[in-house]
Parts: sequence; structure tokens; C-alpha cells
Amino acid sequence: MADKISTRQAYGNTLVKLGAENPDIIVLDADLSKSTMTAGFKEAYPDRFFNAGIAEANMMGMAAGLAFSGKTVFASTFAMFAAGRAYEIIRNSIGYPHANVKICATHAGITVGEDGASHQCVEDLALMSVIPGMTVVHPADGVSTEKLLRQVAALDGPVYVRLGRLAVPVVYDEGTGITLGKAILAREGSDHTVIACGLMVNEALQAAETLEKEGISVRVLDMHTLKPLDEEAIVRAATETKSIITAEEHSVIGGLGAAVASVVARRCPTKVSMVGVQDRFGQSGKPEELKKEYQLTAEDIADAVRAADAEMK
Amino acid sequence: MTIDRNYLETMAAKVRIDIIRQIHAAGSGHPGGSLSAADILTYLYFAEMKVDPADPDRKERDRFVLSKGHAAPALYAVLAEKGYFPVEELLSLRKLGSMLQGHPDRKHIPGVDMSTGSLGQGISAAVGMALANHIDGSTGRVYALLGDGELQEGLVWEAAMAASHYGLDDLTAFVDWNGLQIDGKNEDVMTVTPIDDKFRAFGWDVQIIDGHDFDQIAAAVEKAKTVKGKPQLILAKTVKGKGVSFMENEAGWHGKAPSEEQAKQAVEELGGEW
Repeated sequence: MADKISTRQAYGNTLVKLGAENPDIIVLDADLSKSTMTAGFKEAYPDRFFNAGIAEANMMGMAAGLAFSGKTVFASTFAMFAAGRAYEIIRNSIGYPHANVKICATHAGITVGEDGASHQCVEDLALMSVIPGMTVVHPADGVSTEKLLRQVAALDGPVYVRLGRLAVPVVYDEGTGITLGKAILAREGSDHTVIACGLMVNEALQAAETLEKEGISVRVLDMHTLKPLDEEAIVRAATETKSIITAEEHSVIGGLGAAVASVVARRCPTKVSMVGVQDRFGQSGKPEELKKEYQLTAEDIADAVRAADAEMK
Repeated sequence: MTIDRNYLETMAAKVRIDIIRQIHAAGSGHPGGSLSAADILTYLYFAEMKVDPADPDRKERDRFVLSKGHAAPALYAVLAEKGYFPVEELLSLRKLGSMLQGHPDRKHIPGVDMSTGSLGQGISAAVGMALANHIDGSTGRVYALLGDGELQEGLVWEAAMAASHYGLDDLTAFVDWNGLQIDGKNEDVMTVTPIDDKFRAFGWDVQIIDGHDFDQIAAAVEKAKTVKGKPQLILAKTVKGKGVSFMENEAGWHGKAPSEEQAKQAVEELGGEW
């Protein structure tokens, strides 16, 4: 299980398989196919791949037009230019008319690394989640990426899939049952619950391992689908464990932490601590250095759990 | 090609009356740019496009995208007159619960191929639809209507570049060139000319016509269909507020509803009864 694969690579691999199964799948990219990994699909199905050039807004508009002509469209670029630059086109031409477009955005979060803040999108989950009818997915590893993408492809409607640049450990067995909209109980525990998404799931599992040795039992939920959110899993965590710690490679404003806190506040008031980007822009650096700088490591999660545990004793 | 000019002129007058009645009933809306586009829309729906109100979603149909979505009353009028929904429903424009939203909503209005309203986005979606036709080898054509002020949106030019890059000869876009936008004349707000040279430079076939002359509209649409390997632009010189004396060439009528007295005068000028 020590294998590593980036979720963007898993996306590229899955896309080639989906292309063989569904002739209505069309893939668009904005001059980043070798980075978003749509290049594999382009090679396999050149007639169904279209480069939009460095024009993300038009890529999203074309994606809507293709979708309303019966195609299942996958449109890829970096998260910054999908959710950021093309936001209003996604909102008005894809979200509002509920187009069957899968926006698969790679290089999300600060682990983009050396490119720095202009390319490190930590706002995309917030921007996409606020669009009515948009499904928002952020897988943790290669296995869950493929399993979730298959369900995303079968869904009729707009979906935002957040993918990473960095190779990350494979967390799940091929046999793990993974369902869109249902949190994965990645580890059972009874004292506190860490609810994580993306590469923070692996960090949360490591933190739980460390804390087990200190006598703190931690449940880990992989909340790969931020919308629609698995509220029941959150309510169970809030009622069965003492507190919730969220962990995301995204701003704590408008992302997983905010979504979980909203459910908890409405349904089962409980302490929620948030590990995530604290209202800051990113910067250049190596991914592992940046994870430390922005306090997004297993140790940071463990510290948050310890603090909550001490406070609640 | 021979067209029934009398029939089209009669229909266009009905459409213009529908536009005035809708906007008056709504108490808001965009009469100027709806009236300037009325002849082009009437021609497309009553003389050209292969569409069937009884089967609005038929796959191999011609499609129309109103990229200048604020001219919705003109589109709703032609759709109603064509039989997509009852003409009486037009008076629900912009009212709570009506399918006739202030700007076109494809989810709820039969015959509307794309939700528009945010300028620049319709032409981009039309490019996607034309691309889908190419992929499928479909015989359907895609028509789009842009405003002249809309050409100030950068997205229009991204879409124009893509349409010519992909050689989308099944795409014909009109520009409703009435020269006016909300804040005044195009050239005072942000110069858009030369529109023809810009589109030619982007690889489009360009024709310039009088957008209120059905013979010229017909000839341009016919010629556009013969162009191979290129999208076509029909730059249609129009009069904002066309057909209503006090609205013609007045930027102030871009987005304002007529009073009862003004609506009555407009309808009567158009040959209708109030």
C-alpha cells in the first residue's frame, strides 16, 4: 500500500478507460493536457479531444454547448483557472442551466509547490460549492479517484472534481466500497473525529496512528463529496465522539471546515476545530515545506486533536 | 431563394407588438434591442430554421442562441408565434413563477436552446453546439445573435478564435449592429468598429446587410450556407427601437418599459389595436 500516484494521474488513466466505454465522452483542455493528464485521452481518442487554447472561459462555454448537444463533457485545466478565471461562465452557462459538464480541475491547493500563489487555488471548493446543483468532489487517492469518477461520469449534471499535482499514497484497497455523497469511514475511533478531504485524508490517518499510541482514539472520515454533503455521518461523529477536527488543503473559509461547522451548528452543536489554510495566499516552495509552513501535516492535525482533547477533559 | 416578404413583414409586426405588450405588462425589460433584432429573429424562425415546436428537443434540429439575452422578449415572441407555447403566456414575462424569466432559461422554456443573459457566453456555447454537430456529422446548423456592445466582452473573441480554428462552417452569427448601448453610442463607451475587419482577421466569412430588409437577410443566410470551412458573420445594420417612432435610435429605450400611453401609441404605430 506504499504506492504513490497523483489524483491527476489517476484521472488521466480513468479518462482513457471511460472513453472506451462511452463514445459520447468529449474532453476539453486549455493547453495543459500534459499537466492535467488528459493527454492520454487525446492520444487514444484524438477525434474526441479538443484543445481550447489558453482560453478557459471559452472552454467552459463550449463545454456547455457540447453538453446541450448530448455530450458528456470533461473540461480540464488548473483549479485556479477553472474555478477562478472561468467562475462566472461556470455559474451562468453550466450551473444555472444544469449542463452535463465535469470540471476536472488539477493542481489545486498549495502543494502545486514552486509556481507559487498565482497558481495555488485554495478558494475553489468555496466557489464551486455555492453554485446551486453543483456536485463537488475532492478525492484522497488514486483508487478513490477512479471509483468516484466512474460515478461522476454516470451522473447527469454539473460536477466539480478537485485533483492534485502531488503524488500521494494510495489509501484504499481496490475492494473498498466508495459511493458519491457518502463519507468513507477510513478509520474507526471513539474519542474525536477527523473529517478530511483530498490529501489530508492520508495525513489524518497518520495522525490517528500517532494519537492511538497516546491513548486518544480517533475516527477518520473521508468527506470526498463536499456537496451534497453526508450530513448523517457528520451528525454521528458529533454525537458519538467528543469533537470534530476538519482537515483540508483549502481555505478554512467556505471549504470543508465551514460546511461541516454549518451542519454541526444546525443539528448537533459540538466543538469543531479546523486545520486548513488560515485566510492566506500560498507561496513558492517544495510541497512538503509548504505543508509545514501552512500547518497541513499529520502533526498539525494531531496537535489540533490534542488541543481539543485537553480542552474537553 | 424566394421569400414571402408580406408574410414575414406581417409576422415581424406581430412580434414587435408582442414585445411592447410583454415589456409593458412586466413593467421592465429591454425594448430597444428587442425591436432591432425582431426582423432577424422572425426570418430565422419563420423562413429558415429546421425546428419543430411539437418536438423542441429533436436531435438533428437547427439551434438558435440569443447571445444578447436581454432581447428575450423578441425571442419569446417568435417562439410563442411559432407555437412553442401560448401567445397569452407572453404577458407573464418577468413575473414571479413565470417560465419567461428576464433572460432566457433553457431549463423551463420550450424552444430555448441556451440560457443566456451574461454577455459573451451565448456565442461560446453556440461554438460548442456547432462543434458537436461536426463531431456527429449532423446536418443541423447553429445560429447566434450578438449585440454590438456585447463585442466588448473578451469571451466573444475567444469564441470567435475557436470557431475559426475548428472550421465550424455550420455556425452563423449575426451582430445586431444598432450602434447603441446602455451608456450611449458604442464609440463613446468603447469603440467596437471595425467589426467586419475584426471578424475577418479572426478567420470568419463576413457579410454586411440591412438587418431590417428580409431580402438581404435571406440572401445573406443563403450565402452563409455555401461557405465551407469557416464560420460566418452577418453584420446586420439595425435601428435600435425599430418600428416605434419615439424609441428609434434612443439609447434611453435600451432598458425601460413604456407607460400605458406609450405602449398604446407603439402598438398602434405597429398596426395593432390596444
